[in-house]
Amino acid sequence: MQSSGSPSRHRVVGSERLGPYTLLRLERGGLEPGVPGQFFMLEAPGRLLPRPFSLCLAPPGELAFLVDPIGPGTEALCALRAGDTIAVLGPLGHGYRLDVARPLLVGGGIGIAPLPYLAQRLGGSPPAVLGFRTAEHAEAAALLPGAEVVIDPVLVTELIEPGFDVLACGPEPMLQAVAGLCPDAQLAWEAPMACGFGACYGCVVEIDGALKRLCLEGPVLDAARVRDRVEALA
Amino acid sequence: MRILNASGCLDAIAAPDVARQLDAFVTKTVTPLPREGSAPPRIAETAQGMLNAIGLANPGRERFVADHLPRLAELGVPLWVSVGGFCAEDYAETCTRLPDGVEAVELNLSCPNVDEAADSAAEIVAACRAATRLPLYAKLSAAHPDVAEVARAVAAAGADGLSLINTLRAIALDRRLRPALSRGSGGLSGPALKPVALHAVSVCHEATSLPIVGMGGIFSGRDALEFAACGARDVALGTVLFTDPGAATRIRSELAAACAEVGVVTPEDAASLVKSPETGPKVPA
Repeated sequence: MQSSGSPSRHRVVGSERLGPYTLLRLERGGLEPGVPGQFFMLEAPGRLLPRPFSLCLAPPGELAFLVDPIGPGTEALCALRAGDTIAVLGPLGHGYRLDVARPLLVGGGIGIAPLPYLAQRLGGSPPAVLGFRTAEHAEAAALLPGAEVVIDPVLVTELIEPGFDVLACGPEPMLQAVAGLCPDAQLAWEAPMACGFGACYGCVVEIDGALKRLCLEGPVLDAARVRDRVEALA
Repeated sequence: MRILNASGCLDAIAAPDVARQLDAFVTKTVTPLPREGSAPPRIAETAQGMLNAIGLANPGRERFVADHLPRLAELGVPLWVSVGGFCAEDYAETCTRLPDGVEAVELNLSCPNVDEAADSAAEIVAACRAATRLPLYAKLSAAHPDVAEVARAVAAAGADGLSLINTLRAIALDRRLRPALSRGSGGLSGPALKPVALHAVSVCHEATSLPIVGMGGIFSGRDALEFAACGARDVALGTVLFTDPGAATRIRSELAAACAEVGVVTPEDAASLVKSPETGPKVPA
């Protein structure tokens, strides 16, 4: 458990559009950025429950999150302006293991969110392949200079070559495909969460063959831990 | 006024520092056999509330007593065990297995996410009364047409207290008008529930002399004080813990200011301000 107190309030420093997405920059305050792939619960103004986001970037003194406006909570977060404040709790959960020899970052759509901070923590610019639905969505690739980018109908999995330690985040079908190609991959999954620290039991997914809370077990999981699930869905 | 958690709204082993803020920790409901719970999605946000259909996921009473209870005891927080089942014998048998160190048993007579026990609330309480000397709190649903009548029945059957209220069965639809939860329906919690809970506490306080743990949408010290004014001796926090793991400490500190604002010294004093819940004003003018 990373935090047992009330969430701390953080001022919005800026909000930038990247295609359909918004990069929301907050003052870091006393929060640690944590390990890439860990997540923070952000207050969604006007909504009852906070929303989970992995950290996208950690500029000095700031924490930045990539938000896709897909519902009332994420729309409210995208509407925030510099000077507004929101409550933030984190970092939470388990992120990527960074002790990999030949990293390859694989991202799909909004799933590229944790990869810029991951690249930074891996020491510079590891190779990255990104897939997007449209050219507009692909504008977010600017967050990872040097990445190879494909747009639907080309799939990002077509760019994965053997011999790499794959660290991936993206939609479930992409993660299933990556798990099939790379049995040793580290995959960042997603699930609806009310709390982010194991209290609500809402975010279960099938892990090691049983329903387990993603906030405590993940969100980054070794592909082997979800293999039964991937095979059942295939 | 003690501040507890609502059963199922906190894992004290995963978040011990949240549990230590409470005056007692109430476990997730324990059933005779292990239950994996409902398939995801299990939660959905609604206007001023949320739905959950966790489905009483729990390790079953044998593993709970052997593995979980000793670890919970190490927290140093008084423990209440929430007990569930599908007939009176289920509940009573679990009661017999609980050690004396448990402070109280809460009988979950009202989970909206499982089929209800065939036996009446009073039958279940009577069976448990015969099985244990531990204090028994009956957790009732406000979905019953006359919750005060149920309260009188469980009081007569030997309950020592009431936990009011459980979530209310509800559904929410997604954008394509399909149920948002895989189970279809779920339990509604959060601020939307508070007026319903206050009414149930009021009428059960009128109907019985039992101590009441009030819960349902408590997000502030003022909310907790309103429950005291309606007759609750203690309160429990549920949904608020998801948004604020420091809620118990915060609400405890807010209570003093909320009392001062209405001119009472303690939350207990607020109860005397309320007359008949069905006819008089519920909060002081």
